[in-house]
Amino acid sequence: VYAATKFFLYTMAGSAFMLVGIVATAFIARRDIGVLTFDLVQIAEKSNFGVTTGRWLFVAFIIAFAVKVPLFPLHTWLPDAHTQAPTGGSVILAGVLLKMGTYGMLRFGIYLFPEASVWARPVMYTLAVIGIIYGAIAATMQKDLKRLVAYSSVAHLGFIVLGTFALTNQAITGGVMQNINHGVSTGALFLMVGMIYERRHTRAIAELKGIQAVAPIFAGFFTVVMLSSIGLPGLNGFVGEFLVLIGSFQTARWWVVVATVGVILAALYLLWAYQRVFHGEPDEANSSFKELTGREGLLLGVFVAIIVFTGVYPKPMLERIEPSVKSLIEHVESRTDYRQPEAAHGGEE
Amino acid sequence: MLAAQSFVGPAIDWYRLSNILVILGGALVLLLVGSLTPKWPRGMYALGAAVTTGASAVLTALLWRDLGEGQSIALVGNALTLDHFGLLSTFVMTVSVLLVSLVVNDHLEREGEDGPEVYGLMLSALIGGIIMVLANDLLVLFLGLETLSLAFYLLVASSRKRSTSGEAGLKYFILGGFASAFFLYGIALIFGVAGSTNLPKVADGLARLNVGTSDSMVLAGVALLLVGFAFKVSLVPFHVWTPDVYQGAPTPITALMASVGKVAAFSALARVFLTGLSSRADDWAPAIYALAVVTLVVGSVVAVVQTDVKRMLAYSSISHAGFILVGLEAATHTSSSDAALGLSSISSYLFIYSLLVIGTFAVVAVVVGDGEATLDSFNGLGKSNPVLAFAMTVLLLAQAGVPVTSGFIAKFGVISSAASVESYPLAIVAMVAAVVAAYVYLRVIIQMWLEGRESKHKPAPFPSSLIVIALTTTATITIGLIPGLLLDFTAQL
Repeated sequence: VYAATKFFLYTMAGSAFMLVGIVATAFIARRDIGVLTFDLVQIAEKSNFGVTTGRWLFVAFIIAFAVKVPLFPLHTWLPDAHTQAPTGGSVILAGVLLKMGTYGMLRFGIYLFPEASVWARPVMYTLAVIGIIYGAIAATMQKDLKRLVAYSSVAHLGFIVLGTFALTNQAITGGVMQNINHGVSTGALFLMVGMIYERRHTRAIAELKGIQAVAPIFAGFFTVVMLSSIGLPGLNGFVGEFLVLIGSFQTARWWVVVATVGVILAALYLLWAYQRVFHGEPDEANSSFKELTGREGLLLGVFVAIIVFTGVYPKPMLERIEPSVKSLIEHVESRTDYRQPEAAHGGEE
Repeated sequence: MLAAQSFVGPAIDWYRLSNILVILGGALVLLLVGSLTPKWPRGMYALGAAVTTGASAVLTALLWRDLGEGQSIALVGNALTLDHFGLLSTFVMTVSVLLVSLVVNDHLEREGEDGPEVYGLMLSALIGGIIMVLANDLLVLFLGLETLSLAFYLLVASSRKRSTSGEAGLKYFILGGFASAFFLYGIALIFGVAGSTNLPKVADGLARLNVGTSDSMVLAGVALLLVGFAFKVSLVPFHVWTPDVYQGAPTPITALMASVGKVAAFSALARVFLTGLSSRADDWAPAIYALAVVTLVVGSVVAVVQTDVKRMLAYSSISHAGFILVGLEAATHTSSSDAALGLSSISSYLFIYSLLVIGTFAVVAVVVGDGEATLDSFNGLGKSNPVLAFAMTVLLLAQAGVPVTSGFIAKFGVISSAASVESYPLAIVAMVAAVVAAYVYLRVIIQMWLEGRESKHKPAPFPSSLIVIALTTTATITIGLIPGLLLDFTAQL
């Protein structure tokens, strides 16, 4: 209840600013368009916000999205919500709700307010990188497996925000990829944490031990998903994260240097958690841990198939993402002094 | 010789007053016939009030239809003015009394106090309210205000079994008397400067004054009028009576005060300030702005710490009043082409809020009657009576302004009117206040659905209240989904 209330109030507070932002945008854009319209394309193409006005409106929108993402320092509702939500709720939260934030940033934040987005880059980079490092460190410290995954979300979403605001073809493409990947990998991780909880009625890392010995198939699935979340080459997590880092390096060099540490930390907290939960001799409580049932195996199988396929052959997805990313960046370039660095043009793999 | 014969009464257009006359007739029949005949069978008094208000609402709708767009007709020697704004408010109040009388019916049955008086008083209050919203003259407005207030004082004290009801009535009476005195003094000062109490003439008189002439008298008059209104619509810092009176009054009467009382006073406030005193808008608009901010913040923050649901709703009604002021503030920017948006947003807000607050208090009345409406009394309502709990949830979410409910349409209208005249800070304060207030409603919702312990209160049978709850809940969702149903009307103002 506490978590639900907190989540509701956080989101509503964010939305409150956005509602004012939306209405103000429409009324200010009316001066340029002539009629009052909420049509996104019309506003983006025809309106010409003043510099200060655009920045204020941008801030109003971004606060709402930053709550949803959640971007540091507005992330505190996420671990609570995840811990108290049922497994299905967590999967939806990770797979759908968090994506609204990053999608919104791309679709509304950057598209409507290119000038303000260019202006806000340093702040967004910094918050994103803090989120990456802070999320990773906080995840390392968690005693509860689900909270650990929740904090890893904060770190992953930090990468997406970093890529989104890097404003290069590769980085935004990577960000969108990472959006999808995070939904798949983290969703699968939450499912498996849910399965552990169903069997053992605890998610405390300290009480789990040696599961690999009694449930090797389950452990195998967990390994694959975990490695994808870490960003191991050949699995989907790598594609997104790599593109984000490469793309952002052109425009946000030093932030990327720090963010890369986050990749190492991701390996640290996930591998360490894996070691504690799956390795060793199972004690009495864990020795009766049931192996995957057929239904669960089928479900996880789908996830693993997507993870591997996207990791090995990301082209179908990238082909669908890139055109819209290109036109978005062209839109930004046509509206501002911002120019994409030369090296970033060759976005093709 | 006194010129008695030379007095020529104004021509009276009886048809255009028919909606008021029907109510007057209904009130007299209820009070006179009701007190002279033996006790009527159960529900007949309520039926009488409902039929009267229903007929009056139909007549109001017919008057609306006959009125051309933007047209206003002076009635009874310019004492009243018939226009769409006034008619919409009249309609809202008439329907509110209709709904409340159905809730009162169950309530009086439960308390064993069935009788014609409460209905008669409610109809008198309604007449006062209609006079207020149609008044074209400050003195006529004052008469309407007093008719409304006197009926309210008695209604608040109408529960003879409980001392809290009498206490609330007395408190309301004394403070209300003060407010009326302020109001009357304000009228006197304005009359002294402008030479008339008729609103168009007041506007002319004030506009013809040279800047700097009689400034202190005008300003004092405007300020006193504003204080009088602020008391009636319970704006901070003139709100202190609200929680006590809302808590002490019989629950359906609280609904009546929050709907009819607010609609009447807000519509009159808008008319007086936007027509009669518009030339001095530069002086009083900042005061409206400040009152809006204080009312929004105090109303929603103080609501959070309440443990009694009726007090909680009292503070939330204060916060809603702040929202309506945001719309009024937008309407004061007469130089902007969007000032009309402000007026229509006020009307939609009052319409929507009246239905919401009647529905909400109807549920409270069913659940706790006149007893202590602590948060605990809603424990486990979701299990013991899911229909009631669902209706309450919808109504509360709408009060919080959640999309897909009418409450969102109301808030959206007010916020967009504020944005259209670039009152962004006010819009943001309003939305932040809405978030704080949302927590208040969530607390009740959580109590209903997630609190396992059963409440000691058992909802009484509530045949006619159920109609009200069903209607208001349906209206909440319908307007939320198809806002055009309402906005097409308010756009004509």
